Amino acid sequence: MRKFLFPIIVLVVGIIFIARLFYLQIYSTANYDIYEDNAIRKVFTYPKRGYIYDRNNVLLVSNQPSYDVMIIPREVQELDTLEFCSLLKISKDYLITKYKKTSKYSTRIPSVFLAHLSKQDYGYLSEKIRKYKGFYIQKRNLREYNTTIGANVLGYVAEVNRKNILNDDYYLKGDIIGKQGVEMSYEKYLRGVKGIEFIQKDRFNRDIGKYKNGALDIPSIPGKDLTITIDSKLQEYGELLMKNKRGAIVALEPKSGEILALVSSPSYNPNLLVGRERSKNYVELYKDSIYKPLIDKGLLSMFPPGSPFKILAGLTALQEKSITEESTIYCKGYYVYGKEKRRMNCHCGGGYRNIYNAISLSCNSYFADIYRKTIDSNNNTKKSFNQWSNHIKSFGLGNYLNNDLPIGKKGVIPDSEYYDRWYPDFKWGATTTLSNAIGQGEILTTPIQLANMTAAVANKGYYLTSHIIKNIDGDSIDIRFRTPIKTTIDSIYFEIMDKALFKVYESGTGKLLQIPGIEVNGKSGTAENFVKINKVKTQLSDHSIFVAYAPRENPKIAISVLVENAGYGSVWAGRIASLMIEEYLKKEISLKKIERLVINKSLKTEYLKPYLEKPFKINE
Amino acid sequence: MRSERKKIFKIDWILLLVYFFLICFGLANIISSSISGENISLLDFNTLYGKQFIFIIISFVIIIISLTIEVKFYERFSSVFYLVCILFILGLFLFGNRVNGALSWYSFSGITLQPSEFMKVGVALAVAKFISDFQTNLKKPQDQIKIFLIIFLPVLLIVLQNDTGTSIVFLSLFFVLYREGISKIYLFIAFVILTVSILTIKTSISTVLFLSTILVILNYFYQNRKSRSLIKSILILIFSLSISIITNYTYSNVLKTHQKNYISVWLNLEKDPIKIKQMKRTILYNLNESEKAISSGGLSGKGYLEGTRTIGNFVPEQHSDYIFSSVGEEWGFLGSSFIIILYIILIIRIISLSEMQKNHFSRIYGYSVASIIFMHFMVNIGMVLGVTPTIGIPLPFLSYGGSSLLAFTLLLFIFIRLDANRINEW
Repeated sequence: MRKFLFPIIVLVVGIIFIARLFYLQIYSTANYDIYEDNAIRKVFTYPKRGYIYDRNNVLLVSNQPSYDVMIIPREVQELDTLEFCSLLKISKDYLITKYKKTSKYSTRIPSVFLAHLSKQDYGYLSEKIRKYKGFYIQKRNLREYNTTIGANVLGYVAEVNRKNILNDDYYLKGDIIGKQGVEMSYEKYLRGVKGIEFIQKDRFNRDIGKYKNGALDIPSIPGKDLTITIDSKLQEYGELLMKNKRGAIVALEPKSGEILALVSSPSYNPNLLVGRERSKNYVELYKDSIYKPLIDKGLLSMFPPGSPFKILAGLTALQEKSITEESTIYCKGYYVYGKEKRRMNCHCGGGYRNIYNAISLSCNSYFADIYRKTIDSNNNTKKSFNQWSNHIKSFGLGNYLNNDLPIGKKGVIPDSEYYDRWYPDFKWGATTTLSNAIGQGEILTTPIQLANMTAAVANKGYYLTSHIIKNIDGDSIDIRFRTPIKTTIDSIYFEIMDKALFKVYESGTGKLLQIPGIEVNGKSGTAENFVKINKVKTQLSDHSIFVAYAPRENPKIAISVLVENAGYGSVWAGRIASLMIEEYLKKEISLKKIERLVINKSLKTEYLKPYLEKPFKINE
Repeated sequence: MRSERKKIFKIDWILLLVYFFLICFGLANIISSSISGENISLLDFNTLYGKQFIFIIISFVIIIISLTIEVKFYERFSSVFYLVCILFILGLFLFGNRVNGALSWYSFSGITLQPSEFMKVGVALAVAKFISDFQTNLKKPQDQIKIFLIIFLPVLLIVLQNDTGTSIVFLSLFFVLYREGISKIYLFIAFVILTVSILTIKTSISTVLFLSTILVILNYFYQNRKSRSLIKSILILIFSLSISIITNYTYSNVLKTHQKNYISVWLNLEKDPIKIKQMKRTILYNLNESEKAISSGGLSGKGYLEGTRTIGNFVPEQHSDYIFSSVGEEWGFLGSSFIIILYIILIIRIISLSEMQKNHFSRIYGYSVASIIFMHFMVNIGMVLGVTPTIGIPLPFLSYGGSSLLAFTLLLFIFIRLDANRINEW
């Protein structure tokens, strides 16, 4: 018996150990996963972000290297502070506080000591920095804008926020993501796919080399280069024309829906949102509540379209057979309607009006009349109103355009339900909603919607979803940008409208805007606008609006212009539209006088009026 | 000449093979756990593995010497060897160097020596010599006292030098005493001490009192009338109660905080998750990292020199006391189980060879060798696997450390030499 006690204990201990090993190594752990191993640092390698070119292959956005001075506090040795500080152009205080701060974070892990060295500084420093133990220079990539225009279109990149990370697990803290414009819409193409390097750590969390010499590393996939539909020269010219004015220009190619220019004014130099001054600049832009340079007014400004809406009102009345080409009314300079004999003023000068001169002279009475004829044509007001509303909506108004820009507004095109909600126990009708006839009232549109509508008129019955993308590094663009969307108006009525719109330039409100050698169709508009100042509804100077397309045969550009508080539509918006058309079609400007006037026009005093806290006049 | 060659062939090849395999495997794992990316050059004596390599070569010298020395020499000079070792340990009080709080190192011109490692050989020889003496009878109390003196003198000295871990190893010689006929009562006492002290720390003195009273009463009535003894029962009760009180006192007043913590973790006493987390970063850091490294090895391991935690030096002291965690990570369940089986084979083989010895001295010495190796094996791997409390002693043949390697080589090869003589003695 005494012989066996010891061997038995030995065996039992052996079995216990093997059982424990089984528990530790097989039972309690799943298979080894390198991603779970905290002895391996997973370092992401970031690919080159895709470049952005304009439609004429002008490089707009590329990347630039940026150099940060890094510090590993533990490794820093005694140094000549005076020399070091003058080398980096920093103060001794900066050196001391930064050293203390980074040491507090970690003495072993590198931190940024000085961000964004200039290229010249880098060239000089890269030689000298070796002398200072514990400091080194790290390269990273920043966006470089080779242009000062199109900030709203191009957008910018910034570090991801919490929401981005939650929505897409591709992103990690510190990653860069497109925050606006093309950078945002085409983020997935531009960013590429990041790769992973596996780095062996020691228990102090220091890197001690590549794991398995990088055999498991996953290379990154570079981002794709994009060609966008913007014509940078036209965009630049548009931004020049809009100087010192608030508003937007949207120019489309009607045949394709491509956005030629998307000017939002005032804009900012996209380079402001790159580099060391980024956050300071961003705050400044963000705080500017008068001009709101970060808001893309071409996509987000909603306003009553005013007279350009008459194009659709006319087409709808023709389609619904409420009028014909020949229908004529007599305008007395105002239009009387309703039991209370209310008046709607008209500035056309009075006289007999048919569809042609009603458009060209923008006669309110005529359109009030045909609106009533359309809505009240039968006893079912709601049905006719919804029909009317659907015709209007078929031009892309009252809803998102479903384009490839990350932001947008629906605008408002009311339907019968809308008014039922407004007037729950009142039988509303054409007279109640008569402002709609002339694009005022409840109707709201954005500049890009107006441009889109113009393109549909130019195409005589269809439009293509507007888009900013032309080419993704050889890939074809989304099918929805190549599928025409038909309006509900028959093409014969567009022929009538085409003639009418030509008359605008020929003899109507746009007579002074003619471009030599180019037949232009257009429509001016003036939209009243109200704001609340200290809770009091106050009218401000009218918005100047203009839509146009040219050349009349085979249109190459459809444009909408909004100049806020600039007054009568055919003056400022009309001039800008003509200049843009000429610039795009002829590449040179013959309307030199108009150009000078436009560029020198500043509306800054107009914009300050609501903030001066004293009474002011409008439409001076 | 002829007889010399014969002797070599009588060497137990199993032990020899296991020994060589273990030291080579140990060196390989020391390389893995001590390099950080550079090229491996065994002859670079600034590295840990380079030093270990030298010690392996010195071990070969020791092997050759210990195999050529006559058997009679060991028997005759065992007491001398024992006394020399004791002197060396005493000398530590005068000339020793303190490393990690333990006064157990001689250090001269860069070479360090730990005499307590060699003390194991000395004690094994002395125990074998004393018990094998035909005058000795372990049933006699005076001989029992003598043998306890032989064993506990070095234990006392080593404890005084604050190297409790090493001293525990000597307790393993109890297996030898038991095998050689010491009264069963000691086994019973050892069992009572162990259970009572664990129970006291885990629960309380009153629980111990309650449970032992019930057990003693049950035992009293279960036995037949003749062998019933009220006095015996009461003595047992008093004994366990006093053990319980002593344990309680020692635990709360004598033990240092870190020792207390090791025990409380081992017995799962700490329930506060925040404190456990804290301990995992401090005193349990090693254990925690070692368990993680072993777990991450999985079934077949990450491969030699591919253990991320080993290469990253996540486990401090991995080349010495925690070498087994590197085995676990890089060789997986299969590799580490294999090593455990090898140790079991080694120990069982020594035990069975001892049983075959005609010579008492050889038998007892062999048994001592097996006990000492087993104690190291159990305490070390138990610690690394989190089964036993943290007591830092090396894993024989695998851990980095010159003194340990040389002492274990000597310990084992004296036995191999004695065993080779078994057939010669005809």
